[in-house]
Amino acid sequence: MSVRTDWKAVCTVDDLISESGVAVWTEDGPVAIFYLPHRLPALFAISHTDPFTGKNVLARGITGDLKGQPVVASPLYKQHFNLETGQCLEDETVKVKTYQVLLDGEQVRLAIPVKRPESEVA
Amino acid sequence: MSRKNLIVVGNGMVGHHFLEKLVDTPAVSDFDIKVFGEEKLLAYDRVHLSEYFGGSTHNDLAMSTADWYAEQGIDLRLGEQVTGIDRDRRVVSTPLGEYPYDELVMATGSYPFVPPIKGNEHPHCLVYRTLEDLDDIQASAKGVKTGVVVGGGLLGLEAANALKTLGLEAHVVEFAPRLMPVQLDSDGGALLKHKIQELGVQVHTEKATTEIVEGEDARLRMNFSDDSHLETDLIVFSAGIRPQDALARDCGLEIGERGGIVINDQCTTSDPHIHAIGECALWSERIFGLVAPGYTMARTMASVLSGDKDAAFTGADMSTKLKLLGVDVGSIGDAHAQTAGAKSIRFNDEQAGHYRRMVISEDGKKLLGAILVGDNGPYDTLLQYMLNEIDLPDSPEALILPESEGGAPALGADALPATAGICSCHNVSKGDICDVIDAGCSDLGAVKAETKASSGCGGCAALLKTVVDNELEKRGVEVSKDICEHFPYSRQELFHLVKVNGIRTFQTLIKEHGKGHGCDICKPAVGSILATCWNEHVLATDHVPLQDTNDTFMANMQKNGTYSIVPRVPGGEITPDKLIVLGEVAKQYNLYTKITGGQRIDLFGATLSELPEIWEKLIAAGFETGHAYGKALRTVKSCVGSTWCRYGVQDSVGMAIHLEDRYKGLRAPHKIKFAVSGCTRECAEAQSKDIGVIATENGWNLYVCGNGGMRPRHGDLFATDLNDEQLVSTIDRVLMFYVRTADRLQRTSVWMENLEGGLDYLKQVVLEDSLGIGQELEEHMEGLVGTYQCEWKTAVEDPEKRKRFREFVNAPEKKDPVQQWSMERDQKRPAFEGEVEPA
Repeated sequence: MSVRTDWKAVCTVDDLISESGVAVWTEDGPVAIFYLPHRLPALFAISHTDPFTGKNVLARGITGDLKGQPVVASPLYKQHFNLETGQCLEDETVKVKTYQVLLDGEQVRLAIPVKRPESEVA
Repeated sequence: MSRKNLIVVGNGMVGHHFLEKLVDTPAVSDFDIKVFGEEKLLAYDRVHLSEYFGGSTHNDLAMSTADWYAEQGIDLRLGEQVTGIDRDRRVVSTPLGEYPYDELVMATGSYPFVPPIKGNEHPHCLVYRTLEDLDDIQASAKGVKTGVVVGGGLLGLEAANALKTLGLEAHVVEFAPRLMPVQLDSDGGALLKHKIQELGVQVHTEKATTEIVEGEDARLRMNFSDDSHLETDLIVFSAGIRPQDALARDCGLEIGERGGIVINDQCTTSDPHIHAIGECALWSERIFGLVAPGYTMARTMASVLSGDKDAAFTGADMSTKLKLLGVDVGSIGDAHAQTAGAKSIRFNDEQAGHYRRMVISEDGKKLLGAILVGDNGPYDTLLQYMLNEIDLPDSPEALILPESEGGAPALGADALPATAGICSCHNVSKGDICDVIDAGCSDLGAVKAETKASSGCGGCAALLKTVVDNELEKRGVEVSKDICEHFPYSRQELFHLVKVNGIRTFQTLIKEHGKGHGCDICKPAVGSILATCWNEHVLATDHVPLQDTNDTFMANMQKNGTYSIVPRVPGGEITPDKLIVLGEVAKQYNLYTKITGGQRIDLFGATLSELPEIWEKLIAAGFETGHAYGKALRTVKSCVGSTWCRYGVQDSVGMAIHLEDRYKGLRAPHKIKFAVSGCTRECAEAQSKDIGVIATENGWNLYVCGNGGMRPRHGDLFATDLNDEQLVSTIDRVLMFYVRTADRLQRTSVWMENLEGGLDYLKQVVLEDSLGIGQELEEHMEGLVGTYQCEWKTAVEDPEKRKRFREFVNAPEKKDPVQQWSMERDQKRPAFEGEVEPA
């Protein structure tokens, strides 16, 4: 089994929206993918679930930067989350899950931790 | 110690103010207080009496509530007239009985003087003092054309304004050679007369009425001593006031030669247990016919009764600043230069209609008095020079010259001593303001809340802001107006940058004028500015990332991440067919439905992917987006108006629909609400809206900058009796000026309160076009109206835009598993935590 099998193709470049986010459904639950073309790398992926309400909305927040960190503001109660680390800026005890993301040609791929029985692992 | 009986005779503005001050002292617990009022109504604001015809009610004008009296334990007896005072037994009598007193305060006020003219007992000869008088005037004015006010003083001109508001052709007849003879000189009076005539009120000076007889073309004819005459349907006497001193006279108190209860510096009469305050009192042979000196007496009285030995009334400043029929008039101190050696400096611009006169001391060092007509701009500065005896600058004329002619800017806040009075209504000095700032108030709002400054007549608002900003700056508090860390500019400054430089995208703006990449504060603000300037679709590629989720998806996100939908229902008018469509759509998508406060129907619980489908159906049935998600025009609420209502005088529904169609889609710093009422009963509650329109017999009265919600504010009467075109062009200008100059998320009410110069300034800009931008504002609005598009229609027709509404871009059919529902009163609602197991 190659390493690439862990990188799940979730959508294409066409699905992305510059300076904003879209949501994808994965085996690990809903994930928000943000495309900030002014940054390198330009793609970020964090959980789509707002930890304060449990609702799947983070991809619909406004992106930007605060003191140099790339952030998204939850559209519900406006807390900010660092897109690189998942850290909430307003509450240091809260952090959302982050995912590695890469562009493979036209494909956007996410590193999803897939739970498989031991027997299937080569 | 047993409690003493305190009786207050009279429940007017001054009597009420006295009680307000007394209950703030510890002495209040020494007294059982009874208040007798001849009128059946609670104390109300007589200063703004003419607003009664502009739609204000007694409730709007009332100074307090019956509950307040009850809470203070004060026995309030309205409509029970005191008929006698027995000083030996110390009791007052009324038709209902006798009441003992230890201390008695008379605040009986005054009554209007009716000159002894033959025929003045005619039923259509009236006076102007109480709300009952106004009801009489209103009844008399019904169905007739003309009205005359006898008396060209301050109250007389107010009364003329009231007649004009009632739709009458108004005349003012004055015995003296000029209007407002007490406050103005002949040049000032002449200019005021000219300006008032321009507003359609006829002024007849130097006319002595000899008799009132039956008229030929109207009810009455007034014959004058110069053999001329004037026909009119009703006459309002407003020729001055006389102190209401009958009770005091009857019980033998000392009365002045020309009336008035004689008092000393402690407001005590010739009987040590009886006191008098306000317009019934004669101090140092003077009657004070203004509310501010009455309030000063009331405060003195409260201090005296609470045992303050030093409390004394030592006279009061009779300076006045007011707007009569829309014309600024100011009179300060010794306006007529009666002080020995006084000299005058005059500036008279007949072109602009400004007259200004300064009266200065013999040595030229102090300001003694001033007269202003046409523009009260210099009033605050001049008043401070006079009251605080500040040394005049070397070229004192600069204080009244226009700035372009070398005029001086307003007096700096630092030049004022700590004792300088800033708010005379609530007696707040500069020192009081410094104290509350030192105690922790760190902005204008906090200072207002703490000191009550500027919450009376509001005349000191601009001065208060200057003082507060100055004091905060001195203490190192930076009064930052930057919108966020990315732009060192206020919203207004950003607006100018966008407009002047023709900037069409956020990226250009931040690259050229900001730093970093923006945030959830500046992006929506800039999105709104761009929409106002260029009106491109909110879902155009460059604008999408700027919008809040509500604007991006053109629906309102609710607590569970689903959206609600509000189609536009202009004016609240909807056909049965359209109602059925709403019902069918709601049923098909299982949406919770509720009627909104803005006379529309809100459909809750739609998922992101359902939005375009639902809108496709709504658009096919003729609906448009309602912009409930945007900082934009929401609704124009209306009552049913003259079409159906027995009382309506104009078609309020028609006007509401017209206005809603015109301004729909307009992007603004915050949401905007309108309402249109078809008559003065005001069923549409227009005075609580940003823009309120109330029908009159002659057209529309316009109110601006009202608010409901968290901090209710009644709209200010802005213009009266406008026709349809005038109404629209005035609203165009007000709205466009708001959109251009307001701060981010600033409703019109707060904007107005923070606007330097306030309502007067806004009127100058909009009604008098003082900035010369009226035309430009109207054209800008016209352009926006012309480029309106229903955002939802554009969105559902564009496959690229529809792509945005996929809940999960890789799984179009996947439903969000988090959303759980329960049923309540036969509709679905979001499930509470623990109510259902997650799927």
